[in-house]
Amino acid sequence: MKKIILIITLIFGVSLNAQQTPAPPQSEQIAIIGATAHIGNGEVIENCTIIFNDGKITAIGAGLMAPTEGTTINAQGKHVYPGFIAPSKSLGLVEVDAVRASDDQDEIGEMIPHVRSLIAYNAESKVVESMRPNGVLIGQITPQGGTISGTSSIVQFDAWNWEDAALKTDDGIHMNWPNFFRRGRWWAGEERGFIPNKEYAKEMDDIKMFFQNSIAYGKTGAGDKNLPFAAMQGLFDGSQRLYIHADGEKEITDAVTFAKNMGVKHPVIVGGYRANKIVGFLKEHNIPVLVNVTHSLPEFDDDDYDLTYKLPKILVDAGLLVAIQNEGMANFQTRNMAFYAGQTVAQGLDTETALQLITGNTAKILGIDDMYGTLEEGKSATLFISEGDALDMRTNKLSKAYIDGRDISLETHQTELWKRYMGKYERQQEGQ
Amino acid sequence: MKIKLLALLFFMGSVSLFAQDYFPINDGVKAKKNNNYTAFTNAKIYVTPTQVIEKGTLLIQNGKVVQVGKSVTIPKNAVVEDLSGKSIYPSFIDIYSGFGVKVPEEARGGGRSAQYEPSREGFYWNDHIMPEKDAINSFSYDAKAAEELRKAGFGAINAHIEDGIARGTGLLVALNDEASEAQRILSDRSAQYFSFEKSRASRQSYPSSLMGAMALMRQVYYDMDWYSKGNVDTKDRSLEALIANQGLTQIYAAGDNGNVLRADKIGDLFGIQYTILAGGDEYERIDDIKATNAKLILPLNFPDAFDVSNPYEAKYIALKDMRHWNLAPSNPKVLADNGVEFSITLHGLKSPKDLKEKIMKTITYGLSKTKALEALTTVPAQILGKSNEIGSLQAGSQANFLITSGDIFDKGTTLYENWVQGTKNIVESMDVIDIRGDYELAVNGTTYKVSLTGDAGKPKVEIKKGETTVDSKINYSADWLNISFSEDYVGSYRMVAQVMPNTKTIKGNVVLPNGDETSATLTQTAAFEEKAKDEKGAEKPELIALTYPNVGYGYKTKPKQEDMLFKNATVWTGESILENTDVLIKKGKIAKVGKDLRAGGATVVDATGKHLTAGIIDEHTHIAALSINEGGQNSSAEVHMEDVVDPKDMDIYRNLAGGVTTAQLLHGSANPIGGQSAILRFKWGENAEGLIFENSPKFIKFALGENVKQSNWGSYSRFPQTRMGVEQVYTDYFQRAKEYDDLKKSGQPYRYDEEMETLAEILNGERFISCHSYVQSEINMMMKVAEKFGFRVNTFTHILEGYKVADKMAEHGVGGGTFSDWWAYKYEVNDAIPYNAAIMTSQGVTVAINSDDAEMSRRLNQEAAKTVKYGGMSEIEAWKTVTLNPAKLLHLDDRVGSIEEGKDADVVLWTDHPLSIYAKAEKTLVEGAVYFDLEMDKMMRESVKKERNKLIGMMLNENKKGGESRTPVQSKKERFECDTL
Repeated sequence: MKKIILIITLIFGVSLNAQQTPAPPQSEQIAIIGATAHIGNGEVIENCTIIFNDGKITAIGAGLMAPTEGTTINAQGKHVYPGFIAPSKSLGLVEVDAVRASDDQDEIGEMIPHVRSLIAYNAESKVVESMRPNGVLIGQITPQGGTISGTSSIVQFDAWNWEDAALKTDDGIHMNWPNFFRRGRWWAGEERGFIPNKEYAKEMDDIKMFFQNSIAYGKTGAGDKNLPFAAMQGLFDGSQRLYIHADGEKEITDAVTFAKNMGVKHPVIVGGYRANKIVGFLKEHNIPVLVNVTHSLPEFDDDDYDLTYKLPKILVDAGLLVAIQNEGMANFQTRNMAFYAGQTVAQGLDTETALQLITGNTAKILGIDDMYGTLEEGKSATLFISEGDALDMRTNKLSKAYIDGRDISLETHQTELWKRYMGKYERQQEGQ
Repeated sequence: MKIKLLALLFFMGSVSLFAQDYFPINDGVKAKKNNNYTAFTNAKIYVTPTQVIEKGTLLIQNGKVVQVGKSVTIPKNAVVEDLSGKSIYPSFIDIYSGFGVKVPEEARGGGRSAQYEPSREGFYWNDHIMPEKDAINSFSYDAKAAEELRKAGFGAINAHIEDGIARGTGLLVALNDEASEAQRILSDRSAQYFSFEKSRASRQSYPSSLMGAMALMRQVYYDMDWYSKGNVDTKDRSLEALIANQGLTQIYAAGDNGNVLRADKIGDLFGIQYTILAGGDEYERIDDIKATNAKLILPLNFPDAFDVSNPYEAKYIALKDMRHWNLAPSNPKVLADNGVEFSITLHGLKSPKDLKEKIMKTITYGLSKTKALEALTTVPAQILGKSNEIGSLQAGSQANFLITSGDIFDKGTTLYENWVQGTKNIVESMDVIDIRGDYELAVNGTTYKVSLTGDAGKPKVEIKKGETTVDSKINYSADWLNISFSEDYVGSYRMVAQVMPNTKTIKGNVVLPNGDETSATLTQTAAFEEKAKDEKGAEKPELIALTYPNVGYGYKTKPKQEDMLFKNATVWTGESILENTDVLIKKGKIAKVGKDLRAGGATVVDATGKHLTAGIIDEHTHIAALSINEGGQNSSAEVHMEDVVDPKDMDIYRNLAGGVTTAQLLHGSANPIGGQSAILRFKWGENAEGLIFENSPKFIKFALGENVKQSNWGSYSRFPQTRMGVEQVYTDYFQRAKEYDDLKKSGQPYRYDEEMETLAEILNGERFISCHSYVQSEINMMMKVAEKFGFRVNTFTHILEGYKVADKMAEHGVGGGTFSDWWAYKYEVNDAIPYNAAIMTSQGVTVAINSDDAEMSRRLNQEAAKTVKYGGMSEIEAWKTVTLNPAKLLHLDDRVGSIEEGKDADVVLWTDHPLSIYAKAEKTLVEGAVYFDLEMDKMMRESVKKERNKLIGMMLNENKKGGESRTPVQSKKERFECDTL
């Protein structure tokens, strides 16, 4: 232990800069050889060679010729994965949850699709930085609160500023579907538990009115500018996705029916706690689900204790397109994406399928699968090397990570403190 | 004898009248005493629920019962009322009521900060302690409510101010509208009342929790004792009242089965047997309830069936709530069968009108009518020590009685009169002449067929001309009958007639359509025949079986110790991993670890390819609790988490499913000195007491940082508001505790103070501190304060900057219980790093990974695995962070925490390497009993599903029958973390 620390200290020095400096563009070809490559589409390639140039994978496969130029990394016994993708998070929008001044995730207003997360995204967030050593390299930065919370953007996690970071600007609009049951206002004499929401129909109608007006507005093109209505147009022409956050069977069914009726091209369900009860319906309408994180508790006392653990598997088995999100958790938790997926393996899901839940499937659902989410020729070299199985806590240890072929730092505020204090104790021991 | 008694009573009666003789009278003559008797003869008289006289006579005079019996000599100056076929019962009594008593107004919100100080002077320091309040002073007789109550059969009510923890005394009042207060107030200080709920009238913060309310009650009694011995120079009107009220009946409003036990526990400590207001769910824990020996006041608040017609809505209802719907009406019977004495209260019912239906229901569920009657008469009278005055019709009692048409709890029975203190109150007239039957009415040359049916007092009419029914209306009261009917194209007829008894004809006048009047006669052609009622003697409902605990996934029978042999497992002992090894469990202990062990009668479990470890220990949990913080003061050392353990929390079961067997239930972090811990063993199915780890060491929660200085919520008035202040809080409390302890040890008299007792235990090394902590400065400070007072901090929990002072911690000898990777949730965790556990371990600190979170606690094995990733801890060391190390920190490592011969058999069989993300707990044992098993879990899922479906079916049936229904509700519990207020 002592020696390792010493070596690490020597290699990196102890610098306590606020943030890691973004890596420069890929300048030479990089080849990873001998790795077990987890493609992210369900496939795995043993003894794989992955070659990338100018940020893109140029060749991938077993038994490729060893390249002669550039850098070659021997990854025998190691594993290569596509960078994990975290959907529906407010990473970079809030730094310290309890410090209001650092919180930019929830703007006031009920229907504010025009509010855009991207411009508030803090590319230098220490929380964002801490995602990388665990393999989470891409995120969908999502505004929170209200009914229509605003517009998200997809970013990569090694950037100087939000413009640098953006992979897909204004990719989708997020809507919190009304709840059929709501918490009783016990202080006003209602029951303490959850009771039927009498306003449900009205709240749905409010949304409908808003959508109808947005559609009507879109047909004229002229007239006074209405920022909210204008911001909705991408939903109807298919350039943006509609992320509907809903958990109950009724809510999901209502939401999907509504979105279809309104001509929304790409509706996505986020949450889906009871989606397992209506898989047929979801399949029929071809609705992808960004399912709730496995590391959560059952909502109802009588639910199976492991319902949240196995929910993704149930949906996958039913033939749905599924990925995992952890929108209900603190942002810092998002570095545990890999383990959320790993948890489903204990429930019987195949390891590579589990991996798809945070890579290939996520990219498809978010609409970035042309470049990200899988290790395929022509796609971005956004990937990492892990010492072992990255879905397991013990072996998720990154030695290298690349975003668009750029060799990014895996140091963080946290690794620096680790080294600094281990250094302190080393010094003390040497002094004795 | 009889005559003598009569004479005596006569004399007493005169005395009571004589007592008012000194009042002058200006509105008439004074010489108008009415010493006449009223005799009710030929009635079935319930003198008491068990002493019943057929065809007896009740003789009353001056508002009291003079004599009751089979052969009573009726004095000449008696008004005699023949009650043949009718019954007389003592009027009912409710001893838990707010009748006529004004509840204080709610205190309006103060500033932005909480109120910590009392708002009164000359009373106890806590506003919620008001034994000096006498309900009589805020009482004003409510005639309207009284009438409602009389209609439901009540004759006397014991009312009190339903507000506050110590609520003061009640008053006993007869529901006699005619009398003056002087007569109807039977007692102006009838009983003393307590509860766990704070007063509306004050916003004083303390106590902010159930456990705080309990601690406060205990301290009040200690202080009363101290005060009564003359040790206090100043005047405390609250304590004086409490002393004065000692001789009264003591009533504690608990409200559910857990609180019944809590109230009784307080009473036991001070030799007080409370009468306790129950909650209606006592059937769940009947043995515990019985063991209290308390008499209960029982509400009949049986829940309505949920409206389950919408399947989506029905999903929100928990099985436990459906079950309660099914079982609640059996509660009185279960109590009666177990010999628990109870009175019945209207408390919890929407209206007194609902009482009869509820009683009939509980009788259907098996409660005897005698018990029901006792619960409304003799028992409440006896609880108040008023058996000689109310609750029965013994000679000398208040003449409070009911006259009914038959058995009072039968559906068809009419309550005619409710006499209170000899004052007659008519509910339904019993002089009604039954006119029901078929008649002919000849009028204006036409004969109509008139049929009178329905209730005798309120008959219905149908009139036919030939085969055609004509529109008609009837009104019948006080022997006058009005019938009107109208025919198309003819007009309307209106008939009015005075009805004479025992005649077959009713003669009266009819106003014809043209306005002329004529006489007409209704002539009976057939007598009325009561249709055979299709009451099939009310079916006995099917009752769902109880489970332990009584929720979904509760066990039908509590798990028992089994001897088991785990064959061929990978066994994780404390310090090593043994392949292909057997572990024999006998009588709850780990009997042997080795190869090729013999079962010797033990059940063999093939553990090939599986891992066997000690049960996980969570050093920091907040599950299984009803409250977490007593934040009403900056120290709450006097509160016990053990007082608020919730054995029904589903998270216990879920923890077991994650291999967790033991946890420290910590107080929250709302104040620098928190409350005393409960160390739990997850014996799912046991009661609160049964969940507590036997003979576990004493712990207390301390807290540092943002929470105790109230940084993240709006409170600015409580000391401390800075870390500087935190040190001073500790110094102050420990200094005082030291002085307290010195005084105590000197043998001098001292005021017993639970808070100081607790802190003195710390100073004496008898209680250990688990201190919530974040930044290095405060961690260092806490150790220095401890060192100054000569003790050692046992554990720093959270301890997120422990890595910065790990050397100092090792030197002090304190352990660390930390999160694996939490940070960024508030300012003080900016420098929290996931390498913390590894760094502290490297410096010789005993480190545990804990949860503080109901979700994380059920997969602590994975959290432990993160120490391998962050900082490269070995797997053995990593595993120890959730087993042996927390056992050490809790001083339980000689009993649990590793697989070693002689230790308790708290073990987990895992499907895979326990640190891997792929492992599931397959079996979890606590002291050799299987509390979780994957196979059992599968079966329980099925049974939960089936039972839900069955109960939903039963509720649908009830809905169809037209029973009351209520909207589905999900009774969701609150989950706690450290800073849940």
